Amino acid sequence: MEILVILVPLALMLGGAGLVAFLWSLRSGQYDDLDGAAWRAIADDEPPQEAPAKR
Amino acid sequence: MQVTRDFSHYVRDAGEGLRHIDLAVEGVHCAGCMAKIERGLSAIPDVTLARVNLTDRRVALEWKAGTLDPGRFIDRLEELGYKAYPFETESAEVAEVAESRFLLRCLGVAAFATMNVMMLSIPVWSGNVSDMLPEQRDFFHWLSALIALPAAAYAGQPFFRSAWRALSAKTTNMDVPISIGVILALGMSVVETIHHAEHAYFDAAIMLLTFLLVGRFLDQNMRRRTRAVAGNLAALKAETAAKFIGPDEISQVPVAAINPGDIVLLRPGERCAVDGTVIEGRSEIDQSLITGETLYVTAEQGTPVYAGSMNISGSLRVRVSAASEATLLAEITRLLDNALQARSRYMRLADRASRLYAPVVHATALLTILGWVLAGASWHDAIVTGVAVLIITCPCALGLAIPTVQTVASGAMFKAGVLLNAGDAIERLAEADHVIFDKTGTLTLPELEVMNAAAIPADIFELAGRLALSSHHPVAAAVAQAAGAKSPILSAVEEAGQGVRATIDGIELRLGRPSFCGAETLVGSAALDPEASIVAFSKGSDKFILSVRQGLRPDAKAVIAALKARNIGIEILSGDREPAVKAAAHALDIPEWRAGVTPADKIVRIEELKRRGAKVLMVGDGMNDAPSLAAAHVSMSPISAAHLSQATADLVFLGRPLAPVVAAIDASRKALHLMRQNLWLAIGYNVLAVPVAISGVVTPLIAAAAMSGSSILVMLNSLRARGASREIV
Repeated sequence: MEILVILVPLALMLGGAGLVAFLWSLRSGQYDDLDGAAWRAIADDEPPQEAPAKR
Repeated sequence: MQVTRDFSHYVRDAGEGLRHIDLAVEGVHCAGCMAKIERGLSAIPDVTLARVNLTDRRVALEWKAGTLDPGRFIDRLEELGYKAYPFETESAEVAEVAESRFLLRCLGVAAFATMNVMMLSIPVWSGNVSDMLPEQRDFFHWLSALIALPAAAYAGQPFFRSAWRALSAKTTNMDVPISIGVILALGMSVVETIHHAEHAYFDAAIMLLTFLLVGRFLDQNMRRRTRAVAGNLAALKAETAAKFIGPDEISQVPVAAINPGDIVLLRPGERCAVDGTVIEGRSEIDQSLITGETLYVTAEQGTPVYAGSMNISGSLRVRVSAASEATLLAEITRLLDNALQARSRYMRLADRASRLYAPVVHATALLTILGWVLAGASWHDAIVTGVAVLIITCPCALGLAIPTVQTVASGAMFKAGVLLNAGDAIERLAEADHVIFDKTGTLTLPELEVMNAAAIPADIFELAGRLALSSHHPVAAAVAQAAGAKSPILSAVEEAGQGVRATIDGIELRLGRPSFCGAETLVGSAALDPEASIVAFSKGSDKFILSVRQGLRPDAKAVIAALKARNIGIEILSGDREPAVKAAAHALDIPEWRAGVTPADKIVRIEELKRRGAKVLMVGDGMNDAPSLAAAHVSMSPISAAHLSQATADLVFLGRPLAPVVAAIDASRKALHLMRQNLWLAIGYNVLAVPVAISGVVTPLIAAAAMSGSSILVMLNSLRARGASREIV
């Protein structure tokens, strides 16, 4: 049962990492446009010569 | 005079020498539009960011500060085939967005905690029947507490705050039993853990918060989305005014940038976007959006004009006044305040349910404790059982019963062209059994139409349309639009107050007053229609009469029939003259109508109906309807309505047809039915679970399973609201 000493903190850390990732994605506005994001995933990339310099 | 467009009001400084503007865009539906717009705008030199938000139908733009004029983005989008206009986020929308994000953050925290506590609970549940050591169980309980307590303190904020507000106001709402349940469950679990007891309810408490936050977030998201659409529609109306920035220089500025005391120019055919007083000029104005009266009013120096009035014949200079100065508005505002106060007394279904629910549940828990003590149990065991009753009856399904239906139903209404302004509008609309329509702009379309177009030879009509393009008069504009005219006749001359004339191939064409075209004799019978404006068209010695008026909405008759079929009472209350109202009532087969009604009279009539027990749905668009919209049980406005009315109405419908009124009633009736069904499901579950809890055999496993089972059942039932509003009329 000594394995708990490793497993429990590990599980909590992984869960915590998931939470931090969620909060970060929320803060960076990734939930602001769910409809658009769904389409962007399958949209073609812009041809490089057309693309102007973006930030 | 030089006219410039000035959008500087909307431009923000984004730092690092960049400027930022948000545009509302019409007609963006798919990935194709998104790519087209982003590429089209990025191709403009100096643009550093062009990003479409497909959910809100908006574009965010950033560019290097310098020579680039924001007007160019709008022109570029127009070339691409999209109507766009700068957009300023209202403070109400900012608050909704912030609230929505906060709830999502709470939901994330609660979901994280639920998953981790569950991970720790499952070994405990299985360990209770196998060979888990008490020390190990305590360790797992302490770990659960470590996760659940801070998470509940954070994620429970929306409920705790709302419950505290309700208690401070000496009322109760659904959040009071929720908060009490969660706090007691956590408190008892901590005490039990300290005493090395077998059962702790950390998992149930935090799972309860997660489920409830799902419901809360859905509800909030629906409101945020409605608010965004309404904001876009307001922006796309592109209300501007021609403001004098010098004695002879005019700038076309957005209404938001106009201050009291400014002087604006109101040209013929323009709709006034501000309230003010005429200081120079003479014209006729159409105030039908304000008073419902379709007869034109003469405006001269000193006449007050209101936002929404249409200028007909001459140019006016208007000094902008603060809204409260005008007497008509002050009267309407006073009536409106009274009516709104009365309406806020309506109690939502959820609150009514919780008002019954909370005392029953708390009394049951108390009786359980006393009962067990009398039966000889120790105080500790009795209290544990009492808290178990509270936990298992905690209104998890009850909290989801209404928001889930509301979210699904509002989505269905959205597709039928109806936006919800008020959260409880669905419940109130479902109860409506009497509909009062305003006439002008509600039963009729706000735009003018040529009624006898079919009776005129097509080539003559087209010619009249082309000639009409040269005039600013709204009646002429209606003729031009009806004829689909594109190319104006270049040599056309407008004679103020008379009409337009031109000469083609030696034949003189005239369009205007019958006397101007020498067609008085033809007018005779056409003048019988009290609402129509008669214009004449002459080509040489051939003379024609055009009858222009606001037509009824295309499906008005079918909608009235559909309402009658649903056993809903119908009447017309209009501020317009008697003959005009009578004609409309006759055409639509509505026996009950009143004409020349003032805003105060409309309220009197609504109060009278209320006393008789009727639940009134008021459908109106004019500013004069605003107080009665607020006084009615529930209210609807077309999107073309005056600002004040639109803000007051519970629901707003889009487009030309009247069908959304029936669609909304049907959808809301179905939704209310489902809400009631959900409440009964939740209550039925409690009836089954409470005896188990009272008997003291509930384990945390049973509590968790029952709670999630009933919540999922309620959510699935809510999805049935999706099918609403298929067949409309």
